[in-house]
Amino acid sequence: MSTRVAKGGRLIDRSKTIEFTFNGKRFQGHAGDTLASALLSANQMLVGRSFKYHRPRGIVASGVEEPNAIVNLGEGNKHEPNQRATTTELFHGLTATSQNHWPSLEYDVGAVNGLLGRFLTAGFYYKTFIHPRPFWKHIYEPFIRQSAGLGKAPDPETRDPDHYEHFYAFVDVLVVGGGVAGLQAAKAAAVSGKRVMLIEQTAHWGGRAVVDGGEIDGKPVDTWVNDTLQALEGMENVRIRSRMMGAGVYDHGYVLGYERVNDHAPEIGGPRHRLWRIRAKQIVTATGALERPLSFAGNDIPGVMLASAVRDYLVNYGVSPGDRTVVVTNNDDAYRTAIALKQAGLAVPCIIDARHEGGGQLMKEAQALGIRVEMGHGIAKVHGGKRVSGVSLCRQNGEGNVLEDIDCDAVAMSGGWSPVVHLWSHNGGKLTWDADKAFFKPDPSRAPIGDDGKPNVITAGAASGHLRLKDLLEDADNAGKTSAGLEAASDAPTGSDADEVALEPVWLMPSGAHYGLRLKAWLDYQNDVKVSDVQLAAREGYESVEHTKRYTTLGMATDQGKLSNINGLAILSGALGADIPNVGTTTFRPPYTTISMGAITGDARGDLFHPVRKTPISDWSIAHGADLEPVGDWRRPYTYLRDGETRETAVIREIKATRESVGLLDASTLGKIIVKGPDAGRFMDMLYTNMMSSLKPGKCRYGLMCSENGFLSDDGVVARIDEDTFLCHTTTGGADRIHAHMEEWLQTEWWDWKVYTANVTEQYAQIGVVGPNARKLLEKLGGMDVSKEAMAFMEWKDGELAGFPVRVYRISFSGELSYEVSVPASQGRALWDKLMEEGKEFNATPYGTEALHVMRAEKGFIMIGDETDGTVIPQDLGLHWAISKKKDDYIGKRAQTRRFMDNADRWQLVGLETVDGSVLPDGAYAVAAGKNANGQRNTQGRVTSTYYSPTLEKGIAMGLVHNGPQRMGEVIPFMKDDGETVVEAKIVNAVFYDPEGEKQNV
Amino acid sequence: MLIFTCPYCGVAAEETELAAGGEAHLTRFGPGSSDDDFESYLFTRENPKGVHFERWRHVYGCGKWFHAARCTVSNEVFGTYSAQTTEPTAEIRETISKKRPGWSWRDMNGEG
Repeated sequence: MSTRVAKGGRLIDRSKTIEFTFNGKRFQGHAGDTLASALLSANQMLVGRSFKYHRPRGIVASGVEEPNAIVNLGEGNKHEPNQRATTTELFHGLTATSQNHWPSLEYDVGAVNGLLGRFLTAGFYYKTFIHPRPFWKHIYEPFIRQSAGLGKAPDPETRDPDHYEHFYAFVDVLVVGGGVAGLQAAKAAAVSGKRVMLIEQTAHWGGRAVVDGGEIDGKPVDTWVNDTLQALEGMENVRIRSRMMGAGVYDHGYVLGYERVNDHAPEIGGPRHRLWRIRAKQIVTATGALERPLSFAGNDIPGVMLASAVRDYLVNYGVSPGDRTVVVTNNDDAYRTAIALKQAGLAVPCIIDARHEGGGQLMKEAQALGIRVEMGHGIAKVHGGKRVSGVSLCRQNGEGNVLEDIDCDAVAMSGGWSPVVHLWSHNGGKLTWDADKAFFKPDPSRAPIGDDGKPNVITAGAASGHLRLKDLLEDADNAGKTSAGLEAASDAPTGSDADEVALEPVWLMPSGAHYGLRLKAWLDYQNDVKVSDVQLAAREGYESVEHTKRYTTLGMATDQGKLSNINGLAILSGALGADIPNVGTTTFRPPYTTISMGAITGDARGDLFHPVRKTPISDWSIAHGADLEPVGDWRRPYTYLRDGETRETAVIREIKATRESVGLLDASTLGKIIVKGPDAGRFMDMLYTNMMSSLKPGKCRYGLMCSENGFLSDDGVVARIDEDTFLCHTTTGGADRIHAHMEEWLQTEWWDWKVYTANVTEQYAQIGVVGPNARKLLEKLGGMDVSKEAMAFMEWKDGELAGFPVRVYRISFSGELSYEVSVPASQGRALWDKLMEEGKEFNATPYGTEALHVMRAEKGFIMIGDETDGTVIPQDLGLHWAISKKKDDYIGKRAQTRRFMDNADRWQLVGLETVDGSVLPDGAYAVAAGKNANGQRNTQGRVTSTYYSPTLEKGIAMGLVHNGPQRMGEVIPFMKDDGETVVEAKIVNAVFYDPEGEKQNV
Repeated sequence: MLIFTCPYCGVAAEETELAAGGEAHLTRFGPGSSDDDFESYLFTRENPKGVHFERWRHVYGCGKWFHAARCTVSNEVFGTYSAQTTEPTAEIRETISKKRPGWSWRDMNGEG
C-alpha cells in the first residue's frame, strides 16, 4: 500500500492537517501536500480511468507530465475539469472527483472495452464507423460522444465568479525555470544590472537537484538554493515569481506567463490567475528535463510510476507509493530511488537494469545496502488489476520468457531523461539528436531569433541536455552571462554528484517482446495508445510522425505527449527501420501546459468585453423605453416602447407622429469628419464620386464614397463650412473606417497635399427635428431664422436656438420638412429636453432607427449595408446623378470603367410591391428558370430592404433585379425561406412616397 | 507578436497597437491606365520568401502610417521608415544588402 512514512517530507508541515474530499469521500493531508501526494498518503492510488479502454489508472508522475491523475476540481460555478492532481496544491475544503468512469471509479462498465482491446486498435473508429455513411451522424457519433470525453464541462448557465487579470512586463532577461540552473542563470545575468525576471511554475525553488542530492560549492544543494534565492531577492533589478509558468514563446521576445495567484489558497482573495504578457530582450529557458517511462506489458497498472516521482513523493512529501518497490531502469539515476527507499526503511526486492554491465557508483551503493540488482534483465509483464501485485522478470534481449515472479506493490521505472525543449521550439528553435544520451536537445546553432535577427533564446542546464550538476551549473552560468551581454568567465559554482555511466536506450522491454506483450505496453496512458498501435500505424503507411500522431492519438491527450512522445516516435522509427532523428518530432506548440480560459480572457468579460459608445441623449432614451440595437459600437434605440406596445406598433406610432406632426431623432452617432486645408476641395473631389469642390459655403450636398475597387462604401451629406473647410457626415458605423480611409490616402498617396482631417463625431450632439411641424417647433424655441427664405433645402447655418449655440442643416432622410440641429455634445441633452418640452403641443415624438429606416425606404433612399454589400457600385443603385462626369479622377473611377461594371447588364435597384400587399421576406431571392452549374435554381434578383409601410398601409421593398429599371411593371417570383412558397412582386419605382419631393421642400 | 518602432513617435510598438496595410510602394494606376496595369495595382501582390516591404499604421498610437522592411521567414526587422516615399530609403537598402548579400530592390523573389 502507499502510505505516509514516519519521518521526512521537506515540503510538508506535519503539524497542519488539511481536509479535502475525493469522489465525495473525506481525506486528510498536510500543509504543503499536493492533491496527488495526499491521495497517495491515504493509499488512494487509483485515480481515474483511461480514455478508450477505461482501464484503471494510478498516479504516474509528480509534476506537469502526469497523464492519469486528472480530476474535476471544485463544484457548481467553481467547477473545473481536467486538473492535474500532481500540480494541485492542497487547501482546506478542496473537492475533487475522478473523470471518465461510469458508474463509479471502482466499477466501470466501459472497462469492457479493455477486453476488446485487440479490436479497438489505432484507426478503429475511422475504419468501423465509415459505413454506411448516414449512420455516422445519427447513430455512431451520438453514441461515441456519450462514451468519450474527459471530465465534465462546466454548466453553461453558471458564470465563473473569480477574477482574472493581465499583467505586462518588459525585461532584458527572462529566465524560465527556478531549478538550480535557472537560479544560477538569473544570478549570472543580474550582475550586469540589467532587468532580470525569474519565473518558476511550482511553489518551490531548486527543481530536482534538491531531491536528488549532491553538493554545490561544497554546500548541500538546498543550502545553496536558499542562499542564491536570498541574494536574488536582495537585488533591485531582479523580479522573482513562483507559481508562474512560462507558457509560450512567440515572435520578437514575446512570452506568455501564467501565474496561479491563489489556486493554492482561495481564501487570500485577489485575482485567481494572471496572464503575463512579457517582452524580453533575451530569454533563458532553464526548463529542466522530464523522465521517460519504459514500455513493458502492464506498465499502466496503478502502482507503476516514474522512478523520479517515487523519489519526489518520498523526499518532498514523506509518502511512499509502495511497501515493496521494484526499480526498473536503463540508467544510473533510478538507483537514487532505490537507495532513498531503502534508507527510508522500505523494501526494494530488486533493481532490474536492462544494461548488461549495469551501472556505476550508485549501483555499488545500492548493492552495499543489500539491494539485489539484476543486470541485462527486464520486466516481461506486471501483474495486478487496480494495483500492482508483482512483476515477471525476463531477459532484456529476448521475447519475454518469464524467469521469475517477484512480489511487489509498486514499480519505479526510468527510461532516461528528455530535456524540456518546448519553449525553445515554440518560436522556431531547432533540435538535434544526442545519440549517446538518447534524447533530442536544442541546437544552439539554430536558435530562435529576435527582431534584430540575432538569437534571443538560450537554454540553461538540463534543458540544454546537461544532466550532471557540474555541467549544468557551468552551462547555466554561461547562459546567464551571455543573455546579459557579459563575457563568459570560469567562475560558475562547482557542482558535484555521483559519477554515472551511460544509459542504454531501451524503447521496448524486453527488446523482442511478442505481440501479446506489445498489446499491453502503453505509450500514451491517457489516450490508450500502445506500442502495438504505433507499429500498426507504421504498417498501414503512416510514415510521418505527424500523421501517426493523429491516427493513433499519441500525444494528443491533456499532457500533450510530455511523458510518451519520445518513446512513441522511437517505436515508430523502429517499425519504419529509420533513425530517430530522421523520423523527427511532432511540433511543440504553446501553451506548455493548459492555461485557464479565465486568464486568457482577463478583464474582457461582461460590461468590459467590448466598449459601448453612448450619445449625450442615450441616458434619456434608456429611461424612456428605448429598445436598443447595436449599430457599430453604438447602442441606438430601435424604437421607444410605451406601455402595452410591441416593437411593431411602436414603430408605426413613431412614423405616423413624424409624418403627421413632428418626430425627434437622436442622430448624434452620425459620423462627422472635418476636412480642412488649401487642398481640401481637391481631396474631396478624390474621395467622393461627386464634384465637391464646386459646393458653395453654406450649402450641403449628398455624396458617395467608393473603394478603389469601385464599390460603394459610404454615403452622407457634406456641408461646406468655408473655402478651406468641409464637414463630411458619414454613416453611424462608418465614421472611424472612413476617417482611416481618408488618412491612408493623405499619408500614403497624396502626402504633399495640404489637408488635415479630424474625426469630431463625439464633439457634437445632433438632433433630427422632422415633420410638417418641425419649423414651428424650432420657431417656438426662438432665435435664428429657420424660414424657407432664410434657409432653403440643402443649406446650413450657424446661429442660436433657445439660447443654444447651434448649427442647423436643412437636410432630410425621411422626405419630410427636416432640420438636423447640431450642438456641442455637452449641451446635447439640454437641447433634447428643451425640444421635448416645447414639442408637447405638437406631440413631438422621439423615434428610433426602425422608423428612420422605414421612412427612408418609403422615399427610396438607399442605406449602406442594406442596398450595398461590398459588391454594389453606385451605378447599380441608379445614382448616376451623384457621379461626376467632369472629374478626371476619383477613388474608384478607374475600377468602374471595367467592362463588367460599365455595363447595363447588372442587377439594379428597383422598388418592389407584392401583389397581395404582404411584406417580402428580407434577403429573399427572385428565382428564374433553369439551374446553374451547381444545380441550384437560377436567380434574377434579391430583396435588399423590406418593410411594412404604415404610410402606404402595405408592404414595400427595394431590391436589386437583373436589368430591373427596364422591367417596370413586370411581376417576378420571390422565394420564401422554405424554398417552396412563391411571393409575386411587381417591379416599381423605388420612391413610394411623395415622388415629387413636395413635402421636404416647403 | 511583432514589434516595430514607429518612425514618427519613436515608440517600439507592439503588434496589437498596429494595423497591417499590405505591400508597400505600389504605384497607383487611375483613369486611362491599361487593364493589365490596373489589375496589377489592385490585385497582384508580392509574396516573397525573405525581404519584404510593408505598410503599417500605428493606429492605437500616433495614428501615422509608416513602412517596415521585414524578413518573412525569420521576422527579422531591417528597419522602419517614412510612409512618404515611393521606394525604400538608401539607408534601409544598405542595411538589407549587408545582411542579405545578393539582395536587390525589386527583385523580391531573389535570394534574401
